[in-house]
Amino acid sequence: MGSGMVSLKTEIGSVSLDSPGMIASGIMDETGKSLVRVLASGAGAVVTKSVGLEPNPGHDNPCFMEVRGGYVNAMGLPNPGIELFKEEMAESVPKGKVIGSIYGAGPEDFSKLAAKMEDYGACAVELNLSCPHAKGYGMEVGTDPAMVGSIVSAVKSAVSIPVWAKLTPNTHILTKIGEAVQDAGGDAIVAINTLKAMVISPEFARPIMSNKFCGLSGEAVKPVGVRAIYDLRTALDIPLIGVGGISNWRDAAEYIMAGAYAFQVGSAVGSRGLGVFNEINEGLSSFMEEYGYPTIASMVGAAHE
Amino acid sequence: MSEVVRIKKVIEENYDTKTFVFDWDAEVRPGQFIMVWIPGTDEIPMSVSGICEHTKSITVKAIGEATRRLHEFKEGDRISIRGPFGNGFDLSKGKMLIIGGGVGTAAVMPAVQQTGADTIIAARTDRDLIMLDRAEKKASNVWIATDDGSRGFHGNAVQLMKEKLAEKKYDCVLACGPEVMLFFTYKACEELDQDCQLSLERYMKCGAGVCGCCVMDDMRVCKDGPVFTRQQISKLSEFWVSRRDACGRVVTFR
Repeated sequence: MGSGMVSLKTEIGSVSLDSPGMIASGIMDETGKSLVRVLASGAGAVVTKSVGLEPNPGHDNPCFMEVRGGYVNAMGLPNPGIELFKEEMAESVPKGKVIGSIYGAGPEDFSKLAAKMEDYGACAVELNLSCPHAKGYGMEVGTDPAMVGSIVSAVKSAVSIPVWAKLTPNTHILTKIGEAVQDAGGDAIVAINTLKAMVISPEFARPIMSNKFCGLSGEAVKPVGVRAIYDLRTALDIPLIGVGGISNWRDAAEYIMAGAYAFQVGSAVGSRGLGVFNEINEGLSSFMEEYGYPTIASMVGAAHE
Repeated sequence: MSEVVRIKKVIEENYDTKTFVFDWDAEVRPGQFIMVWIPGTDEIPMSVSGICEHTKSITVKAIGEATRRLHEFKEGDRISIRGPFGNGFDLSKGKMLIIGGGVGTAAVMPAVQQTGADTIIAARTDRDLIMLDRAEKKASNVWIATDDGSRGFHGNAVQLMKEKLAEKKYDCVLACGPEVMLFFTYKACEELDQDCQLSLERYMKCGAGVCGCCVMDDMRVCKDGPVFTRQQISKLSEFWVSRRDACGRVVTFR
């Protein structure tokens, strides 16, 4: 990477990564072998599909489509359930850093799931407080600061691995929710999840997704995500992880300069392929070398006065 | 993006299979597939079974709710599609032997039409055979196999393939059909050191290589496939062993 003058190593609290890019939850991360493939593609860590207590088939098709500037999806949190997910973790954990994404309806669910993920060898848990298309989960529990605080503190008491909270942009009180995470002892914040969305077929006069509502991801959401990280950086002290529409090194650099110590890539795996991690790593290294940033940390928050 | 296209013609292939020809200018390679939305029911992956400049087709066997509903569609009706997706067959590999089993014949038909290669069409019985007329128009030879011997060779596609490979030298076998047929096609090709490309299938959601639910081992059938080479298949431990259901749980075949 580069000439060795710069380092892509980064730290999110006690989690140390060789490179700052991770696969975002929901992308090629439902099976052990798939996670291993992503780890071998230049990702510093992988985040699993969000896993719940019971097996869940997710929403019926159509649950995904291409739109201008990205994708919409209403996958509906499909996953085999935490018991069976042990197999996928057993296969991937020996090959690299795996962050266990989990979703639940309240503090008790999240605590049970986090404890399992810790047993399975996850290096951190990521709490899905932000999925915009699953009834009773995701952003429905993640937009109330009191609920978020109680979930984070319950999980903190249940596990000793770092606890990351993935927040939604579908709120006007993002920094309040961020403060609730920080006050409850949360170790890092991941932002953003998809923007709540809808697509309608004029010919058939109905929403296209079986779930009607969906979430928008991809390049179109990047400025929203960068703003969210900038806002959170202004309000909080805990480390941030940027996600939303990153498909090249410039996008990643924007998030880092807004205040992120690491980032996640999702939709670009569809549009650019798994080579996107190495492309970003190489581009970032060259940029850092030319502009005199020896480390990721030296670039974090550079856009703040 | 999804596109709404108009059905131009409906062809009855046999008692449970119909071909829908629709207006669509998109560039499609033989072996690629599209996601077809049947409003109110489902969205399903379907191989493109015919490729002309301004029209394309899909060939649908009525086996579930969505496909039965699709069978009610008539000329002039509109369907919503996404794609094309997947890699398609590599037709630059020299002399081909093309094999279609059952409704899998649909996925190889564009390759037959573009190459005119020798073709085997196989099915359980005479009544289940599809698309013979289109194959016979283009292919140098069309050989038929039925499991019950009601037409052509009495036996399955793999048995007939072995006979043909013994008679003539081919550079590559192209095949699509039930997974059990493809598994034994692969086994036979391994034994004979015969190059092959097989079109595989798994439960799909996004179709675009994003969600990862259609993986076989670490390969996404929708994006890395659906066509895999013999070399790639030799590394797929899940081939004719297991698949994943909508939850991502392992379901074994045998």
